[in-house]
Amino acid sequence: MNVILSLIVSSVAVFGLVVIAFVGVWGAHLEWLFGVVIPYLAVITFFVGMIYRVVQWGKCAMPFRIPSTCGQQKTLPWLKRTYVDKLDNPVGTVAVVGRMILEVLCFRSLFRNTRLEFGNGQEIKYKSAKWLWFGSIVFHYTFLIVLLRHLRFFTEPMPFFVPIIEKVDGFFQLYVPTLYQSGLLLGAAATFLLLRRVIDGKMRYISLPADYFPLFLILGLATTGVLMRYVLKADVVSIKELTMGLVSFRPVVPEGISVLFYIHIFLVSVFFAYFPFSKLTHMAGVFLSPTRNVSNNSRIVRHINPWNYPVKVHTYAAYEDEFREKMIDAGLPVEKGAPEPAKPE
Amino acid sequence: MEEPLKQADVMKGTRKEEVLDIDHSPSLFKRGWMKTPVDIRPSMHCFAGEPARLKVVDFPNPRVWSAMDEDWKLPTNWKEIVMDAFKVRLDRFRTFKLFMDICVRCGACADKCQFFIGSADPKNMPVLRAELFRSVYRKNFTTAGKLLGPIAGARDLTIDVLKEWWYYLYQCSECRRCSVFCPYGIDMAEITIIGRELTNLIGLNIDWIAAPVAFCYKTGNHLGIQPHAYKSMLEFFQDEIEIVTGVRVEPSYNRKGAEILFITPSGDVFADPGTWTCMGYMILFHYLESLGLDITWSTYASEGGNFGLFTSHEMMKRLNSKMYAEAKRLGVKWILGGECGHMWRVVNQYMGTMNLDLAEGSNLEEPVSPITGTKFENTKSTKMVHICEFTADLIKHNKLKLDPSRNDNLKVTFHDSCNPARAMGLLEEPRYVIKNVCNNFYEMPPTTIREQTFCCGGGSGLNAGEDVELRMRGGLPRANAVKFVHEKYGVNMLSCICAIDRAVFPDLMRYWVPGVEVTGVHEMVANAMVLEGEKEKTVNLRNEPLAGTEESEDV
Repeated sequence: MNVILSLIVSSVAVFGLVVIAFVGVWGAHLEWLFGVVIPYLAVITFFVGMIYRVVQWGKCAMPFRIPSTCGQQKTLPWLKRTYVDKLDNPVGTVAVVGRMILEVLCFRSLFRNTRLEFGNGQEIKYKSAKWLWFGSIVFHYTFLIVLLRHLRFFTEPMPFFVPIIEKVDGFFQLYVPTLYQSGLLLGAAATFLLLRRVIDGKMRYISLPADYFPLFLILGLATTGVLMRYVLKADVVSIKELTMGLVSFRPVVPEGISVLFYIHIFLVSVFFAYFPFSKLTHMAGVFLSPTRNVSNNSRIVRHINPWNYPVKVHTYAAYEDEFREKMIDAGLPVEKGAPEPAKPE
Repeated sequence: MEEPLKQADVMKGTRKEEVLDIDHSPSLFKRGWMKTPVDIRPSMHCFAGEPARLKVVDFPNPRVWSAMDEDWKLPTNWKEIVMDAFKVRLDRFRTFKLFMDICVRCGACADKCQFFIGSADPKNMPVLRAELFRSVYRKNFTTAGKLLGPIAGARDLTIDVLKEWWYYLYQCSECRRCSVFCPYGIDMAEITIIGRELTNLIGLNIDWIAAPVAFCYKTGNHLGIQPHAYKSMLEFFQDEIEIVTGVRVEPSYNRKGAEILFITPSGDVFADPGTWTCMGYMILFHYLESLGLDITWSTYASEGGNFGLFTSHEMMKRLNSKMYAEAKRLGVKWILGGECGHMWRVVNQYMGTMNLDLAEGSNLEEPVSPITGTKFENTKSTKMVHICEFTADLIKHNKLKLDPSRNDNLKVTFHDSCNPARAMGLLEEPRYVIKNVCNNFYEMPPTTIREQTFCCGGGSGLNAGEDVELRMRGGLPRANAVKFVHEKYGVNMLSCICAIDRAVFPDLMRYWVPGVEVTGVHEMVANAMVLEGEKEKTVNLRNEPLAGTEESEDV
């Protein structure tokens, strides 16, 4: 699918979702559907779907131990390995856990990223390119902060860390209500990830509607959230009544919540429900990646392949049968029909 | 490029500007990749496997066919065969299933592949090469793909898609460079390995892989060298060594009761510059005999490489079985392996898992160097040691009498072969050896060595004659890095520890970096070694004058 069509399809899809929620609540007054039923269904879909996914992956066999080794192997005792070697070419559980922590929390592999510069006359260079790493780090961590901040709506009393996060997040105390940097950064990072897909020719060519859709969705989430907090000043007390109702399984739909909130929660619901069916499963999948989460120790400990089956081989006996005469003539040792050794005089 | 690149162009060094005139950024209005049919170009693909090869190993659909033909002569139920096998492999390989599901197309891998860098064909971006398979996976195995089709990036497996698979499966050298940069460790090599396995089920292959597989199965090595011929080739090396050093080395073959079995790729027995590496092994073993080395060569297990890896997991296991079977038959205690790339991927990551049961009841035990007493604890299960590990240990313990100045005519750089680097981590051992046997060593830029090393352009069975343009393009990034040290430091020797490298690089250097030769590490070791009873050496194994002896020749 061409980039223009992909962009149209995915942005229209997100816009359509907004329209559905708007018409559903403003026109048809389906507050219960959008405020209670759909969120419940979405959360159920998310958990059941993700667990199903992980179980499906877990059920697949791991026939071979094939880590991508990115450092010096463990070998002769005097060949020193640095900490980087020990983490990038791990032997043993501790090192593997270390490698996974770096991968999951710090995006270690992405940090290696380089950028090709292909000039004329064999002028080929690989420049350091940390922008993708930086953009991804900002994107994922601000998303996490925003999620944690939302615990305010789902807990009573709030966990101790929520006010701390809010305080740090609103450190500069600009604007009323206090501006959270995380929301702005999330929007900026998502925009960056979107723009690089559209501007870079290679990215444009490989991107699918399935790549643009989640970005548009997240931008939609962020926009409705920002509008509610800073512009239209949603009725936070009523919203908390609704959200607390959801988590305590005694759902209520208070009067007077603006339609914007229902659009926001509908987009959130779609996001959650979409998760297990999409590339967003990378969140769980990264933990299971067999090129990262195993030791490079297959010469030290035998790894067992659960479906290892016997195969047809060409035995030495069959080989010798075919070449025996030639082997004897060439003076090569044979098992059968060897010439009698000369008797000692 | 209108006309494909030919071998004659490589020999003459012509048309480089044309080869380099490529654009890595597809235009805004370019049609989506799913709707762009494959354009099978000559010189960018290898010839199809000949039927006789397939019959030797009972492979399906042996027939004469060509990728340039419209009709590929497939069985009528080809699609069913492929999709059934696809499904089975989703359960058998967590890698395959996971790599089908979790790619976010972040593009980190896109400009990391040497075939994309050299060709700018967007379907050679690892992400897109994998999408060729993911699209079919989505259509057949995911709900979204079934419902939404192309919007979800899904498409049917048609004959055109199949042809596209085949074409790009043989433009990937399974080097794993992309997997180093992928934030989820997605490994294109794994998808290529399984993709090739699928297409082999309906008789889609290349002869440059099918032939070595058949030869290896029957005669024990890829080149089909029969036992007596193997011996006479090594005898020829014995003569050569005697001419250069004045010392007669005496290798033994198929000898029961030896302590160590030596297995190396047969390419080194067959063609320069590998032959000099092979002579290097022979000289090293001769030197060590008086120190207690008891080693034998085998004609049955006379192949270290394993083109089964480029065919199917089953074929890899069938060929690899010879190593343990022969070790058991001869009663050796452990196995020493020569310089080879993918051989070491198989030995390090597959061999023990596949075939260790064959070693039951054998004399195999944890390898110990008979010279230094070093226990190779890192090989205690598989019982196979890399010759660079072995030699590095010898040098560390001062067991070799070395005169590195004998390599003073060389300015050396080292190419990390893909598999020892990214499927093992054998990085320092060869460097330690090289630095001890020659005085002038220069590294290529850090983004092109160690785990970030580039493929030679002919790995995984792509080193055929007919795909010369593919090799020159795929090898361009490596050649470019060599050019850098050639111009900066005057490097004139590219060393490596892989038989395929030694076969591929001479052409590649001739084309892109004239003036750089290719060597194995153990050729340099042997040249630096001071042998008991040697004559006064004036030339190296290549019959080239040693540094400092050129003038005396004129006298």
